[in-house]
Amino acid sequence: MAFADTMRRALDSDLFYSFRRSPVTVAAAVTAALFLFASGFAPWIAPHNTYEVVTLNLSNAFLPPAWTPSGRAEFLLGTDDQGRDVLSTIMLGARVSMAVGFAAVLFAAALGITLGLVSGYVGGMVDAAIMRVADVMLSFPAILIALLIDGVARSVLPRDLHTKVSIYVLIVSIGLSTWVQYARTVRAITMVEKSKEYVQAARVIGLHPALIMLRHVLPNVLGPVLVIATIGLALAILTEATLSFLGVGVPPTQPSLGTLIRIGNNFLFSGEWWMTIFPGAALVILVLAVNLLGDWLRDALNPKLR
Amino acid sequence: MAAYIVRRLLQAVLVMLTVGLIAFAMFNYVGDPVFNLVGQDATAEDRERIRVSLGLDRPFYVQYARFIGNAVQGQFGTSYRVGMKVTTLLAERLPATLELVFAAAVISLFVGVPLGVYTGIHRYGLLSRAFLTFSLVGISLPTFLIGILLILVFSVILGWLPSFGRGQVVSLGWWSTGFLTKSGLRSLVLPAVTLGLFQTTLIMRLVRAEMLEVLRTDYIKFARARGLSERTINFGHALKNTMVPVITIMGLQIGGLIAFAIITETVFQWPGMGLLFLQAIQYADIPVMSCYLILVALMFVLINLAVDLLYYAVDPRLRADRAAVAGRSV
Repeated sequence: MAFADTMRRALDSDLFYSFRRSPVTVAAAVTAALFLFASGFAPWIAPHNTYEVVTLNLSNAFLPPAWTPSGRAEFLLGTDDQGRDVLSTIMLGARVSMAVGFAAVLFAAALGITLGLVSGYVGGMVDAAIMRVADVMLSFPAILIALLIDGVARSVLPRDLHTKVSIYVLIVSIGLSTWVQYARTVRAITMVEKSKEYVQAARVIGLHPALIMLRHVLPNVLGPVLVIATIGLALAILTEATLSFLGVGVPPTQPSLGTLIRIGNNFLFSGEWWMTIFPGAALVILVLAVNLLGDWLRDALNPKLR
Repeated sequence: MAAYIVRRLLQAVLVMLTVGLIAFAMFNYVGDPVFNLVGQDATAEDRERIRVSLGLDRPFYVQYARFIGNAVQGQFGTSYRVGMKVTTLLAERLPATLELVFAAAVISLFVGVPLGVYTGIHRYGLLSRAFLTFSLVGISLPTFLIGILLILVFSVILGWLPSFGRGQVVSLGWWSTGFLTKSGLRSLVLPAVTLGLFQTTLIMRLVRAEMLEVLRTDYIKFARARGLSERTINFGHALKNTMVPVITIMGLQIGGLIAFAIITETVFQWPGMGLLFLQAIQYADIPVMSCYLILVALMFVLINLAVDLLYYAVDPRLRADRAAVAGRSV
């Protein structure tokens, strides 16, 4: 009963109304859901198991897409240099891309919210120190920071260990390069909320500052954070793809969309365009869908724009 | 104004010292610098002797001060990978990157501003909508994919333009330029467009938004009432007032251009600093990494400083506001 009640309230809400009213947003949501489904269940629903060496056959290599004269129906989007089905590698690659994207956003949001809350609530020297660090971080493009962290990790860790943990290094370096936005937004809201009566009251009855921050201030920042996180997800997926394309991202044993584009790029000149174009198109469509959802969320959660 | 400049300068120095600290930490604590210098065959006494001769037995702040001193004089040691002096390596690569960034900035400015003005004036025109849709594509395509697509179309399919390298370069002293030869210019086209596309769309959208805002103001209506020609109004009166944010964003974007040049240079095998930096990362070549870091940080800080000062030079209102605020607070 309670569930049905929640559902009815959700369907009646302003948010759902504005969602239904925008066909672009619905299309973006459907696309994103499709990606989530196809990549989430990729190991079970992908047409071929591309990373099981036994099933690969080099005589299937470099097959063009199925609708071209020399294509074969079982490989809808063609095959790569190892005879792997491109559609299956895209589904598995998007899985890695999205996993890294989500993890990086979670990491950046957790770090940014914590530092923002502390900075805004405590103020003074702590605030000044955190915000100066944020200023320095902001004056460098995220991709440069991520590259640098990855480079340092590469020289600190022994080679075989680095290959094992490189996906976590990637998540941390993307996260560390994007937390500033969360911290700044959360800090600004916290500073406003801090002076309101209910926070004063919580302080008067002797609650611990950490408890006040978590239970009373935190709920106020979740809306804007959700917007930043959605757009941040698109950015994180793009950054991951870029780093992997540059060869400093995920290890070749777990190719993401960026790695696939990098591999395909080697065969661009010999005319095997499908190995680059299809993963590239998948990446762009995914990022565009997430970006459109983020735009909608920003407008829908901002009462001033209504 | 003087106090403001001094404060900004102090801030810039502080940022540089912070970046220097990071570079220094990378230099000294990532791996063993002595081991990197002498290799496996040296005895323990040899290592100790070198450690003392390099000053690595001194306290942290002494070493840091020495590092900063050396950095100011342009001494960053030798590359682990190539065995050449880092500064020589970077100086060789600097012209290629700066020429690429310059070309990209020129493209984005000279394409972005006119497109922005056009779409701002003809708000509902068919062509405007086409430009805006095109700009959406420019924003959602990642840089490396734009490069690959351009190579596919213009090099592989059409065969019009070269897809890698700088072409023929002419040396002017230590500066090598690709601007003077035909093959150099032809090689520049695709990388510069790739690098500049995002900035072009950004500037176009910015100028459009500003134009829409300015065209609604009273002084534009007054200019119309005076019977001035559309051209004078649009370019003489309106465009001038959109320039302040454009300068800021453009300045900040040049920093972005230098960073994204890493990607463009990789796609097009452009022999610039970005490509060198990427190779340094892959081989954990710390001296090159820290020198690149400091150089890029210096460029960013200088650009930010210049933009801030320019901002005040361009818009007199800001100076007045600031004076008013200062007056109230006293």
